[in-house]
Amino acid sequence: MRLFLPLYMAEGKAFDGAQAMLKFILRRIVGILPSLFLVSILVFSFVHLIPGDPIQILLGDMATKAQVDAVRQEMGLDKPIWIQYGKWIGGVVTGNMGNSIFFGQPVLSVIGDRAETSILLALLTLVLILAIGIPVGYLSATHYGTRLDQTISGVSMGFASIPTFWLGLSLMTFFAVTLKLFPSSGFPSILKTGNWANIRYLILPAITLSAPNSALIIRLTRASMLDVFKEDYVRTARAKGLRESSVNILHVFRNSMNSLVSALGFTFAGLVSGTVVTETVFSLPGIGKLVVDSVLRRDYPVIQGIILCIALLYMAINLLVDIAYGWLDPRIRYN
Amino acid sequence: MYGFLKMLRSRKIAIAGVAFLGILVILAIFAPLIAPLDPQGIDPVNRLLPPGKGHIFGTDNFGRDIWSRIVFGSRTSIVSSLGVVIFSVTLGIAIGLIAGYFKALNALFMRIIDVMMAFPSLLLALVLMTIFGRGLVNVILAVGITYLTRTTRIVYGMTLKLKEEVYIEAFKAAGASNMRLLIRHIFPNLTSPVIVQATFTFAFSLLDMASLDFLGLGLPPDIPSWGNMLSEGSIYLARAPWMLLIPGFFIVLTVLSFNLVGDVLRDQMDPRFRHDIKGV
Repeated sequence: MRLFLPLYMAEGKAFDGAQAMLKFILRRIVGILPSLFLVSILVFSFVHLIPGDPIQILLGDMATKAQVDAVRQEMGLDKPIWIQYGKWIGGVVTGNMGNSIFFGQPVLSVIGDRAETSILLALLTLVLILAIGIPVGYLSATHYGTRLDQTISGVSMGFASIPTFWLGLSLMTFFAVTLKLFPSSGFPSILKTGNWANIRYLILPAITLSAPNSALIIRLTRASMLDVFKEDYVRTARAKGLRESSVNILHVFRNSMNSLVSALGFTFAGLVSGTVVTETVFSLPGIGKLVVDSVLRRDYPVIQGIILCIALLYMAINLLVDIAYGWLDPRIRYN
Repeated sequence: MYGFLKMLRSRKIAIAGVAFLGILVILAIFAPLIAPLDPQGIDPVNRLLPPGKGHIFGTDNFGRDIWSRIVFGSRTSIVSSLGVVIFSVTLGIAIGLIAGYFKALNALFMRIIDVMMAFPSLLLALVLMTIFGRGLVNVILAVGITYLTRTTRIVYGMTLKLKEEVYIEAFKAAGASNMRLLIRHIFPNLTSPVIVQATFTFAFSLLDMASLDFLGLGLPPDIPSWGNMLSEGSIYLARAPWMLLIPGFFIVLTVLSFNLVGDVLRDQMDPRFRHDIKGV
């Protein structure tokens, strides 16, 4: 277990080390703030560049100009854009992202309603990706150059080349429509019904989503392990007569975990892009589908809210990755 | 080039990839000669015909010949992916070189890249498409911008490293201008990673554009593209599965071919992979 302790704890300088770590985290959080500010401006201007009038869409074609103007005034959309931004960002800081134009509810509660589906789907997918990606990548690396390695590389590249929605539709046709093994679409909430069996609604989407992403992890595990194979300490480990499996697991795999962890940020981005498509294919009531629907409805506040949340989450993950770096590689110090 | 051919010979499957891409280019160039029927020719009597005589890949919901639409669709796919590659590579090299070389721009640049990378690619393309509206040039721009950040990042990182090299210092001491250093001495060292990145951009932009088409935010429906064919096919999934399967296979084969070629290129350009590493 000592192997997994970061240097600042293992060396008995826990206080100094932990303080350096804390400083590092604080510095990173402060560093994130300007980025977030830029993101918020970008998001806000992106969304307001979208052509189409949300009020007109909300009220329908039959609405008179007077009605449209009245609602516009009520929602504050007639004000200059920087005043709208100021009002919005002021709210965001206090946790109020405004109301959805379409639902009339606070944006955060609209997003919150959909979060369950997306979070469960992402977790299920992540488990699948890691459960498939790491062992297969390990196998590929330890059998470098053999037929097994070539087959794994070929198959995983094939999976990375499949359009997500095409795979999803094909799986749906075969397993849900023809074989009737799984439900084909929708997802009744587990939190509300308390029925864990509903997880079966997410199995096909999770398989769809994990196909291209586990291919990525397979390749990454393989490549980073191959990199470590060349290191002197691996030769030393072999030379001192360690079993091949011990060398592979304790020395090679453990030291290749750094690159794996750094890929988590990318995996997250890939998952989000994938969920947009997968949730649309399987009609899941998640955040990905909400984005597409909101874009089509010109529901500005919801689009802004989701993109801001995703950007925040992405930056938080990258921060965690940086912290995990030091955990995995004691040579990295935070000061 | 010789190294590439040699590498190719040791990987039979990559040869198949190159061959498939070659066929695709021929299809795209000679589309009007190869396609047996008008890709837009509506024939309501013969709608949703399964693959068979007269229509080797069957017909779609308007009775249009699927093979002819595949042939013309290859044009759209190649043109749009090529557009994304050209856009992201030329701009990526320019921005990356300048931002990496001139110290004053480093901080600002990293901030902007950080921000751009915080948007998942498809989400960014989705929002951009709603601003731009559907259309070929718009799709190229929207998807191109998401790949621009990646290419720029690679060029930027390499430039930062390269400009510290001794030979650059030497040229600088000898009085070479910044422009000359960038173009004559730094840029040539960047080409291999950029070519590899371009190959993968080609592959993945094709997938992203198909996703946009599927979500109804890509090319206008009247342009025959593989993505649009898939999107229409998904509606007739139960009655006419070939409408979904056939364009899907073409997308998978194209993306796979590019990935295979990209892999060979990368292995060949990265000396670490030229020899067996295990046990070194």
